[in-house]
Amino acid sequence: MNGLVKLVDVSKRYADAAALHPTTLSIERGKTAVLIGPSGCGKSTLLRLIIGLIEPDSGSIKFDGEPITSDKIDALRRRIGYVIQEGGLFPHLTARANVLLMARHVGTSQEEMHKRLLELCELTRFSENLLQRYPVELSGGQRQRVSLMRALMLSPELLLLDEPLGALDPLVRASLQKDLKEIFARLQQTVLFVTHDLSEAIYFGDEIVLMNEGRIVQKGSVTDLRENPTDPFVSEFINAQRGLASL
Amino acid sequence: MNRIRKAGKQETAESGNQESKKAKQFCRLFLVSWIPDVLLILCCVPVFLIHSSAAAPVVIGSKKFTESYVLGEIAKRTLTDAGIPAEHRQGMGGTIIVWQALRGGQIDAYPEYTGTITQEILKSDRSLSLDEIRESLAKSGVGITEPLGFNNTYALVMRRSEAQRLGVRTISDLQKYPQLKIGLTHEFLDRQDGWQPLRERYALPQRNIVGIDHALGYSALANGSIDVKDAYSTDAKIEENDLVALEDDLHFFPKYEAVFLFRLSMPTDAIAALRRLEGTLDEKRMVRLNAEAERTKNYTRAADLYFERSTGSRNSVGESFSQKLARWTLRHLQLAGFSLLLSVIFGIPLGIVASRGGAIGQAILGFASIVQTIPSLALLALLVPLPFFGISVRTAIAALFLYGLLPIVRNTASGLQDIPRSLRESAVALGLSPIARLWEIYLPMASRSILSGIKTSAVINVGTATLAALIGAGGLGEPILSGLNLNDHVTILEGAIPAAVLALLVQWFFDLLDRVLIPKGLRV
Repeated sequence: MNGLVKLVDVSKRYADAAALHPTTLSIERGKTAVLIGPSGCGKSTLLRLIIGLIEPDSGSIKFDGEPITSDKIDALRRRIGYVIQEGGLFPHLTARANVLLMARHVGTSQEEMHKRLLELCELTRFSENLLQRYPVELSGGQRQRVSLMRALMLSPELLLLDEPLGALDPLVRASLQKDLKEIFARLQQTVLFVTHDLSEAIYFGDEIVLMNEGRIVQKGSVTDLRENPTDPFVSEFINAQRGLASL
Repeated sequence: MNRIRKAGKQETAESGNQESKKAKQFCRLFLVSWIPDVLLILCCVPVFLIHSSAAAPVVIGSKKFTESYVLGEIAKRTLTDAGIPAEHRQGMGGTIIVWQALRGGQIDAYPEYTGTITQEILKSDRSLSLDEIRESLAKSGVGITEPLGFNNTYALVMRRSEAQRLGVRTISDLQKYPQLKIGLTHEFLDRQDGWQPLRERYALPQRNIVGIDHALGYSALANGSIDVKDAYSTDAKIEENDLVALEDDLHFFPKYEAVFLFRLSMPTDAIAALRRLEGTLDEKRMVRLNAEAERTKNYTRAADLYFERSTGSRNSVGESFSQKLARWTLRHLQLAGFSLLLSVIFGIPLGIVASRGGAIGQAILGFASIVQTIPSLALLALLVPLPFFGISVRTAIAALFLYGLLPIVRNTASGLQDIPRSLRESAVALGLSPIARLWEIYLPMASRSILSGIKTSAVINVGTATLAALIGAGGLGEPILSGLNLNDHVTILEGAIPAAVLALLVQWFFDLLDRVLIPKGLRV
């Protein structure tokens, strides 16, 4: 299998409890994998392990065949885009400065930066006129678009999205979902998407990874999950969300 | 002898070459590596300092009271008239401070009294002859002149009317009136030849003893808050306030012949010039000079009287109020500005370390907090005996620097700690190097908190810098101290009002700076 990221028996404990039991997972190139599960199931922990915000207690994580080590982590992070729920934009920088921050840091030329910025504005449907604004002056949806531009600026091989639409109202959310899906397809982007919303998971996911209590319960297509549940929890989770949807 | 602070005319902005070079180096270093904007503005505050001039003039010191001032001024004139460059550092403090300054070479000579030398400096429990004193002092590299001609001993004084009503003429007579309230200077209370042995010798029964500043004591005596106080026999205030000195009928007080102490390493022509003062001042003349100094509040003029020159002919006499104010204010800004600069240079990095918590972080915050709890006067007193500091502007700046540290350290640390975890993690996840994270993300985000810490420090420093005058470092504290010693409210206000205005201006200036330096996105 041609996995971009491979986790083998990776586990993480916090003082009080295991956040992630030994877990093995491979993220395929060009696909969107969705991590789904109830709060505290370990999905964000998994994401944070990949970007190196936390270190695993055991097991190994390889990115493009290379083990993640602390001396290479910064270079590696530049090959990964990361978007969080609140956007994580720096309030003291304008939208433009937020997007260009890393490009400036690695010494990209002005011309190239400008060209890429216009590309990204077009891609994310973000008005260039708003680039001079500070995060507080933007709406929640606009902020997430800027955050996405920032994550995509250096053309990362992997895009990590941690509930990127969680804080948005339904209308904005729907339009961003649509745009995101188009963007992923256009870029043939490898994406790891974390959500707790089943319909969102179904909408985005080539593969759905259902987690519960620090373990991967089942992975596969939504049909797999629905028709061949390997665990009572799978049916329970799917039915609960569908039940809500049918209201 | 009344203690008076007087404007030190010699302390004008003689920027010491070496210090100013150091300061510039500091600035340069700072400019390259630290928040350039803050720095540019801070560097505008004149930071060049102080004493250590090329010609190396003879430095005369004096203690913090009128007679010492006048004698210091006379010595300076004597040297200058002999063609020897001299400067007078006025009112440096009490005996120990001036003596340490002499031994440390910060001054070359100062007026002293034989009784004080015996008791306080040589710590002898018997009276010593002049030759014995000379021999002991020589071990410290210090010489002594022959007596100048007058004996200024301690005395206890009372209101003349009260003394007559009670029939008190001698110190022994006080035994009959245990209800009398006694106010003594703190120095007299602590001296080996001061209150405790005096009380024992005379078996004085009074229990109502308060420590009070010398000058304020005269007011207290006048309004009846106290009945008896200590004074010096040549004190002009005795006559001025219609007081009587009680006879020392048991001959308790040792002789206090006025002399000059000088460093034996001082040029011989300077020593010779100083010795020309020997035997030239009797008590009556000294009282007259003291009275003149207090009446006109002008020591140069009093010294002129000694030389029997006409007054007003010298330009140093006529420093106008605005000139004095400018000089005080400039020095005040130098003290506060330079110490603030140091507080920023050290405070921000310490705050960054402290923000990471742990034992070191706790230790830094703890240290800064402890420094803040030391009374500023005590901190000055603690620094003075240290080798590098002594009686100097350095000491004042070091004390102010330490005071200014806590608000900056604390605000830097809390500003950094208050950055939401999600934003910290975003900076990490982007792949920014640790240094870039600090410079481009964390510090700008904490800028509001850091600047407000700097503002607090600046206001504290401007206020506390008034205390620098206590160790002769000048500033707006000079007129405040003088006024306190003279019990002259107008003089106090001459320093207090500008100091308050300055604090307000500093506050206003930093409010303005906030608008320039705090990123717009954080202000919306």
